[in-house]
Amino acid sequence: MIRVSNLTKRYGNNAAVDGISFGIRKGEIVGFLGPNGAGKTTTMRILTSFLAPDEGTAVIAGFDVIKEPLELRKRIGYLPENAPLYLDMGVLDYLNFIAEIRDIPAGERGMRIKKIADLCALNKVLKKNAYELSKGYRQRLCLAQALIHNPDILILDEPTAGLDPNQIIEIRELIKEIGREKTVILSSHILSEVSATCGRVLIINEGKIVASGTPEELSNRATGKEKIYINLKGQREAIETRLRSMSEIASFRVIEENGGELLKYEIESNGDTNLNEALFHMTVDNRWVLTELRKEKASLEDVFLQLTIGEK
Amino acid sequence: MQNIIAIFKREFKGYFNSTIAYIFITVFLVLTGWLFFRSFFIINQADMRGFFAILPWIFLFFVPAITMRLWAEEKKLGTLEILMTLPVKDHEVIFGKFLASYAFLAVTILLSLPLPITILYLGTPDKGPIIGGYIGTLLMGGAFLAIGLFVSSLTENQIVAFIIAVIISFGLLIIGEQFVLFSVPNWLVPLFSYLGLGSHFSDIGRGVVDSRDIIYYLSVILFFIFLNMRTLEGRRW
Repeated sequence: MIRVSNLTKRYGNNAAVDGISFGIRKGEIVGFLGPNGAGKTTTMRILTSFLAPDEGTAVIAGFDVIKEPLELRKRIGYLPENAPLYLDMGVLDYLNFIAEIRDIPAGERGMRIKKIADLCALNKVLKKNAYELSKGYRQRLCLAQALIHNPDILILDEPTAGLDPNQIIEIRELIKEIGREKTVILSSHILSEVSATCGRVLIINEGKIVASGTPEELSNRATGKEKIYINLKGQREAIETRLRSMSEIASFRVIEENGGELLKYEIESNGDTNLNEALFHMTVDNRWVLTELRKEKASLEDVFLQLTIGEK
Repeated sequence: MQNIIAIFKREFKGYFNSTIAYIFITVFLVLTGWLFFRSFFIINQADMRGFFAILPWIFLFFVPAITMRLWAEEKKLGTLEILMTLPVKDHEVIFGKFLASYAFLAVTILLSLPLPITILYLGTPDKGPIIGGYIGTLLMGGAFLAIGLFVSSLTENQIVAFIIAVIISFGLLIIGEQFVLFSVPNWLVPLFSYLGLGSHFSDIGRGVVDSRDIIYYLSVILFFIFLNMRTLEGRRW
């Protein structure tokens, strides 16, 4: 659906986007993750044909961003950063204007607008002026603008920036719902957002893609191994002999010892094995008392920090 | 064409969505009316020469005020990013905006028609110069608008757009004036007087609508629209 190769955009000597290549399949929700100024917005502006790249190509739905921008634009819905709107226009007027330019026949416009207003929960504000709207409604109106022509591809630049937690959840739900039928690219510098909505994440830093994969894959990559914390009551020596004998365990260490009875261990696994179950059986077999068993994965945050700051 | 109409409608309505349009029209009419009638009864002549003589200088400040927001506001609000990623060609957007500002100017001028009607009622003026004057006004207004529209695309600050448009228009207006023509070398005189925005206007204002004057104004309009297309493309490179 989207094929980007070696995309570069320079501002003076500074490359905002530096040789980015990636592909996106139909129906994927892909997140661009990166610190501010990493090149996310510039990449999106190139994909929507607002900016032209200095080098490289981007082909979306079979149309090249440089050669056939008009055909490409017909198939894309774009929500720019900060949800810009004509503040002097009425909400209904605005949607009508977009529908007209989007070539929706006059007879169908009313129906389309109604449908999109339902989807984006805009019915309450249809008769208002854009400047009267709260940030949340502005965001939704701008999203409605991007959806009105039923595009195959949606490009959303920081769709939840500046919203309160309730609104963020609403918009996320909306994006997930839309994402069932459409290809969606969204950008964010908020990690939980990307892991909550996206099937795949591209981490961008200083104009380059530094990592890509599902949120889980990326988390696993950060440490390579998962860590399990257990609290056990039992004899220390017996426990440790047993732990040493288990092939699934790479290493372990005591992190707390409480009066000789309660022991806290940090255990690192040997990869993808199901260590939880093995540990459970171990405690049952030996009649040790297990008071806590907790798995900890490296969060996306760790990956992000490692990739964007750690390298410097 | 449909796109030009859609953009035209949005921009034209945009003028009337704000109170600024009404203030603008009122000030324009009061100012021109006052300047006109101040001397009308003293001179006691049924013509509009005084009105048309002062008009270029009023346009100098009024037209940039009409055009200053056209691009600058889009840039400031960020709506340019949505507009230019809609399936529209650059020139469709430019013409839509240009024609909308033209229509707004035309409405304003139309509302000054009570002036000639009063004159017709009070005396028997020569109708040629009045009709010619209005045709010239529309042509000259178009040139001012094209300049203002182009300048608006250079900045996201409306005030800056206004000031630069006034400066450029002033330059083009003044090079055709007598006192400038006296002070430049002789070989430059025909060129300067040809390029002057006001000199063609006063020709038409005599009631002689010459095709050369029409061609002059149309070329000025097209030249600045061409420059505007370049600045819009420049965004992409």
